[in-house]
Parts: sequence; structure tokens; C-alpha cells
Amino acid sequence: MGVMSKSPWLLHYDASSCNGCDIEVLDCLTPKYDVERFGIINTGDPFQADILLITGGVNSQTEPVVKQLYSQMPDPKVVVAVGICACTGGVFKECYNIKGGIDTVIPVDVYVPGCAARPESIIDGVIQALNILDEKRAALKSKAREK
Amino acid sequence: MAKRSIIPFGPQHPVLPEPVHLDLVLEDEVVVEAIPSIGFVHRGLEKLVEKKDFKQYVYIAERICGICSCGHGMGYCEAVENVMGIEVPRRAAYLRTIWIEMSRLHSHLLWLGLLADAMGFESLFMESWRLREKILDMFDLTTGGRIIFSVMCVGGVSKDMDSGMLKAIKDTVDDMEKDFRPIMETFLKDYSVCARLKGLGVLTRDRAMLLGAVGPMLRASGENYDARKLGYEAYNDLDIQPVTAYDGDCYARCEVRLKEILQSFLLIREAIDKVPEGDISVPVKGNPSGEFFARIEQPRGEAIYYVKGSGTKFLDRFRLRTPTTSNIPPMVELLKGCQLADVPLIILTIDPCISCTER
Repeated sequence: MGVMSKSPWLLHYDASSCNGCDIEVLDCLTPKYDVERFGIINTGDPFQADILLITGGVNSQTEPVVKQLYSQMPDPKVVVAVGICACTGGVFKECYNIKGGIDTVIPVDVYVPGCAARPESIIDGVIQALNILDEKRAALKSKAREK
Repeated sequence: MAKRSIIPFGPQHPVLPEPVHLDLVLEDEVVVEAIPSIGFVHRGLEKLVEKKDFKQYVYIAERICGICSCGHGMGYCEAVENVMGIEVPRRAAYLRTIWIEMSRLHSHLLWLGLLADAMGFESLFMESWRLREKILDMFDLTTGGRIIFSVMCVGGVSKDMDSGMLKAIKDTVDDMEKDFRPIMETFLKDYSVCARLKGLGVLTRDRAMLLGAVGPMLRASGENYDARKLGYEAYNDLDIQPVTAYDGDCYARCEVRLKEILQSFLLIREAIDKVPEGDISVPVKGNPSGEFFARIEQPRGEAIYYVKGSGTKFLDRFRLRTPTTSNIPPMVELLKGCQLADVPLIILTIDPCISCTER
């Protein structure tokens, strides 16, 4: 494990979810699952976040917000789409106001399925994201060395 | 004259679990006006009723909101059943009542945790959510899902509970009550909690009635009204007295929800004792034709479900008026004249559920 993946900071945003996945994300922080033991902290500030957790499909109102949050996060960054709506649009796919999954707006690294995604699978998704974060960091470093 | 400034609050904000946006017009530190703008979670679910079979739509109705999921499914089913003249078997009515009361426990404990978190009382937040896990385990045991469990169907329920499950729920409720008493004690008597909540955001009974507040918000202002008294499902067999408080401030709203948790413990026990044997659903034939308004008491207040069908398997219209929609006008009034630092707490004590409101 690299330096960053020992204490990644999470940013959670609800793009247009039904709350089901959101409360499961919050649940991960509470005593039963307690992701803080992995050094993971939930932050509200995009400028200090490494991993962006997004729940729900994207609609026209949240699209600029998602793009802005993504651009405000420092490199390297990883995006985790939590729940089936964030992956593909899910049951809301046919709604007139839903564009589809998060990957229609920003690049997604890890997809966590489920409706609502269970805390175990969210934690699993975040742990997978940590490896990607390390890879991205190594790539950034070697790029900087070449210069 | 004090300087006026406008502070945008949200949609992504550390104290908000959900996206809502408010423009707060301030004079120094005091809020003079709050202008809400919503639509961040709008998906257009009501329109989807024209594309989905009315029996399938139950699954969509349950995904209107992840916290009140069970109640939305039930409200929709009840409206459709009334249109079609279906009488639900008594066992199904009791099982629905048990699940909806368990949902109320989970919703109120979740809210208590968020309130504690908004006050910076971290240990109380963790303690409330630890207790809530027990209810989620019971959902897992009886339905297979933790949050959204899709057990409601038109004509009854899709899963039965055996005697072992009923006993497990009863034991869990007994166990939870023991753990809940000290938490309740802390919320009601702790010096710092009282200092933070008492006298904050006072809504008088007259204003609450005039602005159309519902649920714990209305009952905390002294109005003795609870839609469960209408006697839908198994509530006509159960002993139910609305919980009220009289001060109308944040503390009173907290008190009402705490006492409703105790009431739910009693109701679950009573329903489990009385649950009759029999079928869990009746076969549904034909398509709905006609219209109906169903009213049920959700954890956040009274919700109204309207359905209209014209004899095909697709309904013409489904409309939902959620408790948060009714509670936004009183909230905006409460925000006027409060300090900027009190805004998160006042917003939180109406227990906003944005994904219900915007659908």
C-alpha cells in the first residue's frame, strides 16, 4: 500500500439517488462497519478529497455540480459509482429527467452494483479504488520524473 | 443600516446528506429571508406510471425514497386496492403494520443520529446508528433487504413471517428498548443538548396549522393529529394515541420523535401478539378503473397518494404529496430571523427528505 491509500479521504455526493445508497454510505462510517479503521475519512470538501463516491443517476440539474466537484478534486483521484442507478441509471433509466449512469458525465473507475448497495460491497468498492489510486499516483510520479 | 449579503447554501454541503439549495439573505449574522430552490433529485417518477404495469410500479414507488421506502409501497398499494375494491387479508394488514412501524423506528433513529451529528455530539450519533443496525438486521432476516426490501404487492404482501421471525422481532424490540432509554435520557436531559435545542425555531400551533405542517412538526406544536388514527391496515385494532409536545421548538420536535420510538415499540409488540393466521395476499384480477386518495402516516408526517386508472394496465396518473413538501413553508418561516449558525439545525428538525419531495 502506498502513502495515499493508507488514509484516503472520501467525498460523497448524491446525484439523484433515492437515499437508499446514501444512508448505506453513511452506515459504513458507523460502529458496525466503521471504515475509519482503514483510515478512511468522510469529508465535505472536494479540495481535500481523493475518492469521489457518487450515488444515483445524473440529471440535468446535478450534471454541472458533478462536473465541478470532479474538477475541484486534486490529482490523482478515483470515482466510485455506488448503486445500480449510478452505474447505469437503474430503474430510473426510462425517466425523462435521467441522463443515465455517472459515466455519461465523468470517467468512473469502480462500479458497485446493488439496490440499495450493501455496506459490504461499498467498502469492497472503496478498497478496490485504493489500488487504482496507488497506480494513478505512481503514473503521475513517473510522468513528473520524465519531465 | 446593517449590510445585506446573500449566502448560497448547498447543494453539496457538509451538513446536508442530501442536495438542497437555499439562498440565505443575511443582515449581518441574522437571516432575513431564505429562498429554497429544489430539483436536484428530480427523476420524474410520477410520469413512469404510464410506462409500467400497475403491479410493477410498486417497485418504482418503493424507490421514491430509500428511507420511507416501505411506506411509499404501502400507500401506493392501498390507493390501487381501493380503486379496485380489493380487501387485503388481515394477516397481510398486520404484517404491513409491523414493517411500517419498524421503518418508523429506523427512520427516527437515523434522524436522531443526524441531529446529534449536526450538534457535534459524535458519540450520540454513533450510538443512535448502532441501535438502528438492529432494526436493519431484522429487515434482513424477514425480507432479505436492509433498506429497500420490496415486500408490498397489490393485494397483500409477497413474503410471510413465520413464528420464529416474529419472536426474533419481539426479542430485538425488547433488547432495543433497554439500549434506547439511556439515549433518550441524553437527548432530553443533557445540558448541552438542551442548551442547543430549547427555544430554537419556535412554531406556534396557529402558524403550524395555517402553513400546513404535518407529522412530528405539527404534533410538536401541540396539535393532536396523527393519520394513523384513520385506521388503515391494522391500526384500527391497535391502541394508538398521538404523541404531542407544546413548545413548538427544536427540542419539542426531538421529544416527539423520541416518544414515537417508544410508541412504535409498543405497537410492534401489540401487533405481533395479535397477528392472525391466514393468507398473505389475494389474487388480483382485472385493471384499475377510477380514482382514489389514500392517506397514510409516514415517519415524517402525512403522505397523500392519488391514483387514477381507466381500465388499462397502465394508470393514467399517480400523484404523491410528501410530508416534506408540506413542511417546507413552515421551515422557510422558521429560518427568518434566526442566526446563520442555527440554519443547519432548523433545517434538520423538519426531517427533510429531499428525494421524496422531488421524486
